Amino acid sequence: MSKEKNHIISAIVEHKPGVLYTVSNLFRRRGFNIESISVGPTEQSDLARMTITVNGDERTIEQVVKQLNKLIDVIKVSRLDPSSIVTRELALIKVRALDSKVRSDVINYADIFRARVVDVSSESLMVEITGTSDKIDAFLDLMKPFGVKEVARTGITALSRGVKSIKIE
Amino acid sequence: MVKMSGAQALVEALKRQNVEVIFGIVGGAILPIHDVLYDAGIRHILTRHEQCAAHAADGYARASERPGVCMATSGPGATNLVTGIANAYLDSSPVIAFTGQVNTFSANSSYMIGRDAFQEADIIGITTPITKYNCQVKKASEIPRTVKLAFHVATTGRPGPALIDLPKNVQTEIDEMDFSDNIEVRGYKPKTEPHPIQVKKAVKLLLEAKRPIVLAGGGVIISNASPELLELAELLMMPVATTLMGKGCFPENHPLSLGNAGMHGTRAANKLILEADVLLAVGTRFSDRTTGTLDEFCPDAKIIHIDVDAAEIGKNVEVDVPIVAEAKETLRLIYQLLVHQSKQRGNSPWFSRVKELKDQLQSEVDPCDCDLKPPLLIKELRKILPVNAILTTEVGQNQMWAALHFETHKPRTFISSGGLGTMGFGFPAALGAKVACPGCAVVDIAGDGSFRMTEQELACSVVEKIPVTVVVLNNSVLGMVAQWQRLFYDRRYSAVELESVPDFVKLAEAYGAQGVRVGSLKEFSEAMKKALKSEVTTVIDVPISPEENVYPMVPPSKGLNGVISG
Repeated sequence: MSKEKNHIISAIVEHKPGVLYTVSNLFRRRGFNIESISVGPTEQSDLARMTITVNGDERTIEQVVKQLNKLIDVIKVSRLDPSSIVTRELALIKVRALDSKVRSDVINYADIFRARVVDVSSESLMVEITGTSDKIDAFLDLMKPFGVKEVARTGITALSRGVKSIKIE
Repeated sequence: MVKMSGAQALVEALKRQNVEVIFGIVGGAILPIHDVLYDAGIRHILTRHEQCAAHAADGYARASERPGVCMATSGPGATNLVTGIANAYLDSSPVIAFTGQVNTFSANSSYMIGRDAFQEADIIGITTPITKYNCQVKKASEIPRTVKLAFHVATTGRPGPALIDLPKNVQTEIDEMDFSDNIEVRGYKPKTEPHPIQVKKAVKLLLEAKRPIVLAGGGVIISNASPELLELAELLMMPVATTLMGKGCFPENHPLSLGNAGMHGTRAANKLILEADVLLAVGTRFSDRTTGTLDEFCPDAKIIHIDVDAAEIGKNVEVDVPIVAEAKETLRLIYQLLVHQSKQRGNSPWFSRVKELKDQLQSEVDPCDCDLKPPLLIKELRKILPVNAILTTEVGQNQMWAALHFETHKPRTFISSGGLGTMGFGFPAALGAKVACPGCAVVDIAGDGSFRMTEQELACSVVEKIPVTVVVLNNSVLGMVAQWQRLFYDRRYSAVELESVPDFVKLAEAYGAQGVRVGSLKEFSEAMKKALKSEVTTVIDVPISPEENVYPMVPPSKGLNGVISG
């Protein structure tokens, strides 16, 4: 048995209602673990891209790809090679900030992480941060002592580097 | 382009697919289609429960190679189809289901999809994991293409069920219809041809093999690869074991036939699979009922796996040579490459071993102390039935006795619920098979428990004049469960007693069918011969002992070498 780890799968699917259900239902039914999933339109208006982070061993991931390929609405599935991809995730983080000392600390940390403060209230700040999941995890750790009130993360989205692209006729 | 209603377009699209028969039950949300069917020239067979409409369509498909069509109304009509659809999905059978649905919009907005309208069920959501393709049609003009697509997907590659959900207002909507649309689907391109390098690898393994064996599954039947399999097996003098779904793909009276492998496989098949050095698995998904516990499955064999569904390769068993392709073409190519290289192997030690084991086991066949032992009865049935007769089974002991003892010579003449194990499948499937092959005798081997689950179709069989024979092996108990309780639960017979209710002879008569009870093999033989000539369905009630076990048996979670017998 090979070791379980996170793999990123990119699937080009028909951009129509019900496809997300079909895909997520497959994962549920076959007992595959979705760590995150992000969906959005592509350069072609009738196609959507799903970026799915799955946890499992080599054999499981192979099954995931094969089972996804069987779905009629899934047009192309590729496993992304972690060494030659760009991955990004976006998070919105609401931090408790009652006094000016905390506020300036949060703003300083945000600057270091190239994050931005996007909302301010009398008792809190909202920070927007983009980057790899590790970077967001690290930033969240820093925010914890201040009191993290709410977090919304998009899940990973990814593309492989270079000129190569997934072409759909 | 022609102007017509959605319902008319549907019926026209079905005609273009050469659909001659629909099994179904009408209801409110599918009335417009039934109105068109009234004088459309397609036979509609009214089953008495939608589950049986799906099973009958399934039996029709398996017997005839043509897709089977079933139809139901929205809500409970649609949900009643679900067991039949799941059954077709697990056994890769091209069943196409049409369901009515409440309106997509309506002047009375409470009768609309999403408002929990009367008889509304989310059948698309419900059947997504058990269909190869499903779709709710939103506009009447989409019907021609959707129907074409459903038939295409259901019948190509690895076949499977499809479902089209038709909201009532879409059925009545009038629009221009285009039946010429092509059905290129960018997400569906089944692979049929094998990769030449993989074929060469398989050939090399088979050439070097000293103890090769075939495990043939339902895929061999689906791709009509029986002649190719026979040719290859004879060339290499390679014994052939089948799965339950593969039964019939290789003539069981052939010296190389081992019968079924698996939980209730023959001893020869299970023993030789473990002794083999190369296993050629064709069109099988290595189900748990076939392999036994995987740790002990084929420990020393290299495995070649041919399957048209890439996802089946490596799913349960790791293989040495994966070949994603149809069985027929692949076996033909392997044979072509081998025929010039392989020498005759008539007297190989392996074939002697096969022969020795088969002979030895033949002589071990149960001595009988009672005339009406199910194995003997089924052997007797084989003698009575012509070779092209179709046997369907229910699920449980009756099914395993039939699988073990009904020598099957031709593909598509043994029809059984393999994957889902649906009790109640055999009788409606027999009706479907009889409709597909009216010239063939069709017999359902049943248990009393299973038959009771769909016995109401006696009404359909009598009214629609579809005569079949039901042989009820009646032990007044849910026999296979009782067997497990006897063997593994210390004879604690929980919830299995059926108490001999009802009287099957009277039940058959109540429906206008024939009923007869037999007390000996001779009486059975006479009743069976009479039934074959009858113009109405006959139920033959055969009382047997509730203590009867099916042997040999590989107990659950044991390897194939863990066979036990009585």
